[in-house]
Amino acid sequence: MPYTFTVNGTSTTVDTPEDMPLLWVLRDVLKMKGTKFGCGVGACGACTVHIDGRAVRSCMTPVANVSAPVTTIEGLSEDGSHPVQQAWMELDVPQCGYCQAGQIMSAAALLANNSDPSDADINTAMNGNVCRCGTYMRIREAIHRAAASV
Amino acid sequence: MKETSRNPIENISRRDFMNGMFSAGALVIAARVLPASAWAQLADASATRAVGSALSPSIYLGVETDGTVFIVTHRSEMGTGIRTALPAVAADELDADWDRVRIEQGIGDPAYGDQNTDGSRSIRDFYQAFRVAGASAREMLIRAAAAEWNVPAPECRAELHEIVHSSSGRRAGYGALAEAAGRLDVPDPSTLEFKPAAEWRYVGRDHSIYDLPGIVTGTAVFGMDAELDDMVYASIEHPPVLGGTVRSLDDSEALEVPGVQRTVPLPPFTPPYGFQPLGGVAVIADNTWAAFQGRGRLNIDWDDGPNAGYDSDRFRQQLMDTARQTGRVVRDHGDVDQEFDRGGTILEAMYYMPHHAHAPMEPPAAVADIRGGRAYVWAPTQNPQAVQDTVAAALGIDAADVVCNVTLLGGGFGRKSKPDYCAEAALLARELGRPVKVVWSREDDVRFDYYHTVSAVYQRARVDAAGRPTAWLSRSVFPPIAATFIPDEQYGMTFEHDFGLNDLPYDIPNIRAENGPAPAHVRIGWFRAVTNNFHVFAASSFADEMAHAAGRDPLEFLLDMIGPGQIVDLPSQGVAYENYGAPLDRYPVDTRRLRNVLEIAGERAEWGSRQPGNGWGVGIAAHRSFNTYVASVVEVEVDGNQVHVPRVHQVVDAGVIVSPDRVRAQFEGASVMAVGLVRTGAITAANGRIQQSNFTDFQVARMADAPVETLVHLVDSTELPTGVGEPGVPPVIAAFANAIYSATGTRVRELPLSRYGLA
Repeated sequence: MPYTFTVNGTSTTVDTPEDMPLLWVLRDVLKMKGTKFGCGVGACGACTVHIDGRAVRSCMTPVANVSAPVTTIEGLSEDGSHPVQQAWMELDVPQCGYCQAGQIMSAAALLANNSDPSDADINTAMNGNVCRCGTYMRIREAIHRAAASV
Repeated sequence: MKETSRNPIENISRRDFMNGMFSAGALVIAARVLPASAWAQLADASATRAVGSALSPSIYLGVETDGTVFIVTHRSEMGTGIRTALPAVAADELDADWDRVRIEQGIGDPAYGDQNTDGSRSIRDFYQAFRVAGASAREMLIRAAAAEWNVPAPECRAELHEIVHSSSGRRAGYGALAEAAGRLDVPDPSTLEFKPAAEWRYVGRDHSIYDLPGIVTGTAVFGMDAELDDMVYASIEHPPVLGGTVRSLDDSEALEVPGVQRTVPLPPFTPPYGFQPLGGVAVIADNTWAAFQGRGRLNIDWDDGPNAGYDSDRFRQQLMDTARQTGRVVRDHGDVDQEFDRGGTILEAMYYMPHHAHAPMEPPAAVADIRGGRAYVWAPTQNPQAVQDTVAAALGIDAADVVCNVTLLGGGFGRKSKPDYCAEAALLARELGRPVKVVWSREDDVRFDYYHTVSAVYQRARVDAAGRPTAWLSRSVFPPIAATFIPDEQYGMTFEHDFGLNDLPYDIPNIRAENGPAPAHVRIGWFRAVTNNFHVFAASSFADEMAHAAGRDPLEFLLDMIGPGQIVDLPSQGVAYENYGAPLDRYPVDTRRLRNVLEIAGERAEWGSRQPGNGWGVGIAAHRSFNTYVASVVEVEVDGNQVHVPRVHQVVDAGVIVSPDRVRAQFEGASVMAVGLVRTGAITAANGRIQQSNFTDFQVARMADAPVETLVHLVDSTELPTGVGEPGVPPVIAAFANAIYSATGTRVRELPLSRYGLA
């Protein structure tokens, strides 16, 4: 059935089963590939998007439950200028890069609510985002850097 | 021992490579890539812009008349930065302006030379080829400018995308000279002069990876993101036990799922399993979600086949029993038997490491389409030529008729060298007559990996009054990678022994290494650092045990066992040593360099400045792998059963470093992966079925349990460049276990730490 919601500022209508996760609506229906599939059970954070500003695992969010504006990595900034994206580039955080959209979305949501997070705050906010390449040290450093520039 | 004709560690001698690549005529053999802008189309892969450029002295490089420099990377990008590093080497020799360089990804094509991006050897094996590519273009541009200006070529030089005549100050841009230069003969590589290190612009300097902006904005294209018009999605229910087959299938409920189109049975493999698909039943659907849902509604009665009895608890005991018996000798130096017979103090220990899954963040995925008798594949693959071979074998066509476009890889770690998932996509595309994307779920990835093998390693030593070993026996038992290629093979291939078993580096008069038999009941594959991981865990833990037994400092003890250092002549000790595919005369086993990294580690980590206690401890280990020397120091804080890792030091001697920041990143990541392997990672089987399924029960390192910081110290070196992707893992495994002993007195001989009540 049809569902209408806002993605990156644009109102969008899709015709899908009600239990289809937002992740697959974004990737396979809307062809927005920036949001990644990593586990399908909310255990890795690769699919993290913002709904109404909060970090949400889109693989666990049925499309029928999306009732507030969605922001994906493609819409975090128009040109990669979000402070988190900038810090990620300045510190060369990514290795393979696959998990980094989710990492960046989690980090941006954290900073939106806590402008000066401690290491413990960062661990708590980011522990749901897996990076198999092991970029955690730089992620933490980049979050501190982005916090300083917000 | 039998050797396979498909040794997965494929070697290419530099000489053969140079002859093949740079002889006249080989330069323009079709090299094709899909332009980065054309993802959504099925444009036939056309010639690279590099080869099509006005000046193209090499299959890897071209200069267009507008001055754009196109450089092809034929190795796969899975996070090491190689896609940027090799072009940087060529751009440096060309003295190109990096902002005017465009990187193209090479498709699978033997004309490029070896493309199997494993073994930490892309820089080692292709550094020189990319220097030659850049220097050839520079030389031709200089000659073209000299001819145009009617001045001697030696009076001209390259300077950041221009050729300059020194005395007159005349200048011409690369673009303006490209056509004239392209009409000149390509210089003989032996006549080329390379830049002195002092003039390097990019080599040895930090520069961000080419794909960084795309990654942080979500526009970078991974295999999972590949998309063709009119494409359908497939998810495959594989036999739950290796070698199982479908006895009966009822797909009626699956076909009721909205979006599910049909099911397609896939045939079982013919042993040996190699890179063939596992077989099973594919669900074809309008989107990935529907395919996953349909799979959940399949009713399949499986014949589990010969591996249904695989049980990890029993198998662990079997491996340990075997490790207590004499095996095949793979190194014999001196006479350990005679030395053991002298009696005195004998130490022994058994170490065990379970299976692990690679679990790259991007699960296996591939898109395939069959048009006009050719197969077109888009895949995150470490080995596009293996994709060509595997897809060709599956379809019964020539490998030359398989076009493999290489996307970015969302991690690899060895998993994506095995292109079974690409053959699945190709078989389904042929059956359906339209483009197909195969998507593996995380559960598929965890349950049907080519696992890091499970191992028992027995260590035995006779020590003298100072605790120094006078005889050292290592006996390793593990289902081998050899079983991938040889049915029922139970002994390792040469390289599986080379990696940390037969290359014990210490100056000891009697050394023996043995390998015992073990059958493979799941698919076994190379995993980052491969057998080094458990061989070094055992040997470097045992060295630590010997040091403590003698009441000696572990670092001092290691340095004493190494002695002043020497070139270890392994072939003279009965070792068929392949040296990671590198010639031993140019890449010797030089324990002076091992000693050096240990000494630096001691200094940088301020070894000995703090006494272990109150839950704090520190451990050390060193190992040469992939021709690179690494010493690792791990600090731990143990609070109750909780283990924290505040700091890891990695000291690295990898010869010339092309991309220092990416090398640091590899060793930062390696320390995280190693800590995860020790702490929580384990794959186990019961009734032939893997018991883990996702990141919920196969735990990899997360931020809170990763090392808080990893400090990487690179040895300044002019030696030949060597591997960096893998060698950071093995010594951290052992140093971490040694640190836990230092902090708690608990000797970790079996992994993961949960066996000791630690988390």
